[in-house]
Amino acid sequence: MNALILKLLARRVALSLLSLLAVSVLVFAITAVLPGDAAQEQLGQEATPEALAALRAQMGLDVPGPERYVKWLWGAVRGDLGTSATTRMPVGELVGSRLPNSLLLAAVTALFSVPIALSLGIVCAVWRGSWLDRVASTGAVAVVSVPEFLVATLAVLVFAVKLHWLPALSYVSDIESLGQMLRAFAMPVLSLCCVIIAQMMRMTRAAVIDQLDAPYIEMVRLKGASAARLVLLHALPNAVGPIANAVALSLSYLLGGVIIVETIFNYPGIAKLMVDGVSQRDMPLVQACAMIFCSGYLLLVTLADVCGIVANPRLRHR
Amino acid sequence: MAFESASVPPAATPASLVSPAAPRSRRWPHWRLGFRFSGLLGVVVLAWWLLAALLGPHLLPRELLGSGSAEVFGPMSASHWLGTDYLGRDMLVRVVDGARYTVGLALLATLLASSCGTLLALLAAASGGVVDALLSRVLDTLTAIPSKMFALIMVAGFGSSAAMLVATAAVIYVPGAFRIARSLAVNINELDYVTVARTRGEGKVYIMLHEILPNILGPMLADLGLRFVYVVLLLAGLSFLGLGIQPPAADWGSLVRENIGALHNAGAAVIAPALAIASLTIAVNLVIDNLPGRAARERGAR
Repeated sequence: MNALILKLLARRVALSLLSLLAVSVLVFAITAVLPGDAAQEQLGQEATPEALAALRAQMGLDVPGPERYVKWLWGAVRGDLGTSATTRMPVGELVGSRLPNSLLLAAVTALFSVPIALSLGIVCAVWRGSWLDRVASTGAVAVVSVPEFLVATLAVLVFAVKLHWLPALSYVSDIESLGQMLRAFAMPVLSLCCVIIAQMMRMTRAAVIDQLDAPYIEMVRLKGASAARLVLLHALPNAVGPIANAVALSLSYLLGGVIIVETIFNYPGIAKLMVDGVSQRDMPLVQACAMIFCSGYLLLVTLADVCGIVANPRLRHR
Repeated sequence: MAFESASVPPAATPASLVSPAAPRSRRWPHWRLGFRFSGLLGVVVLAWWLLAALLGPHLLPRELLGSGSAEVFGPMSASHWLGTDYLGRDMLVRVVDGARYTVGLALLATLLASSCGTLLALLAAASGGVVDALLSRVLDTLTAIPSKMFALIMVAGFGSSAAMLVATAAVIYVPGAFRIARSLAVNINELDYVTVARTRGEGKVYIMLHEILPNILGPMLADLGLRFVYVVLLLAGLSFLGLGIQPPAADWGSLVRENIGALHNAGAAVIAPALAIASLTIAVNLVIDNLPGRAARERGAR
């Protein structure tokens, strides 16, 4: 670690905080300011002006947009996310009860998909053009270019309907044993893994191939090093940065996948909460969930960039 | 003006756009245009869905769409090739009818996103300086929100009418098109003939449209195909969540959602629309892979 790296890191982190602020402006503008008067919508066209004014004051709509935004942001920073418009419960409580479920799902998925995807990607890159590479690469392209719900539906068809190994579209809410938990988790995790592994494998493969095509690898080959030595000691250390980048970026695809998967398996996570919020137009809930998702996404993307900076050995010797 | 076209050095057109496939087309029959078998398959499937989207509403017998006469979730049979849905309607008719929403809306959104992105990129490249920095920063901010999340927020705010869905998908994919078009356009902007045109006193609009645009059009068309796939997947995902096109209109995502109950008895009603989406996206991928100029695009995408 030297001053240059620290300076780059500090700039990168500051930039993501700025992005997060911009995102919060966008989210608030789209959900609360641009769509028009929420009070009018709630009361309909025939509402008396007095009732309208009263509801506006009650909903805090009588102050201009920017002021409302600052108030909302200040509340969010202190942990006060407002009250849900449909359930009248504090949004913080709703989110707090669902967030651990989603994080658990993401963690289990990452635990399985990262090792599989990395080894598959490296193996495919090393034996480029072999039948294994062709099958895996074609499979990955196929998975990436079909909707997530097709992957999930096919998984249900194969493992639940045809083979009867796992329960299908139901989630067991009271989990008593480890076996029950595994069964409840299996289908969502399996579907998510398919999508994530395909993404991550493709990126890892590309990163390693990039290194294997570099002139220094040709040199290593010419000096007579064994294939294992060439890959493990020469190519991989240089590919660590891009691979870490690939992992973090693919995990950010998890956010997209989780929205579909939680809905299809009726999993009580935060993405399901948000989808329900959107269909009931429960704005405080949507805003809170959107900000949580965007923070997670920005965190992963920043992490990917930080890995790239830290793993770049050229920066260490300036 | 013959002078400009003559002054374009051969290197200006992205090299591999010219034709890596040219030698092959001598061995194959002319109508193949250098496409491999996979590319032809893609073209055929794509043409089929485009035709379905354009002609489907006029050719389909109306009474077939409304009636729920047959048995619910019927299996594939001679009278109902893809079985029937949760109201006993013929699935094949529903899928072909859904093509105009899935294909049509996605095509509109993609055209909108790509043309806006390209125009903004041309403006950024030709202006440089503050305009370029500002446009790049603002559009980069949009990419800080994951695409599905952005769509959910937009639907929460503005609802999900067809026009709104097209606008949402277009806004989401403008930054991507902009980024690729800008990286291509900035390179072209450095070339001598653009400097010559500038010295000659040509205006910014002329340089954008007559000097830069023709040279990035090829790669941008291929990018359009890729973006179309993303838009199809996004809109299908939204419909699957019940937040896309609203009933009675139904695209393929909504068809999967409506019939998800048939999954337990392995109904064709769920799998058919899902496979229709897959066939569309894979067909577009196959066509793009067979277009000339692939290497240039991969360079531009970095």
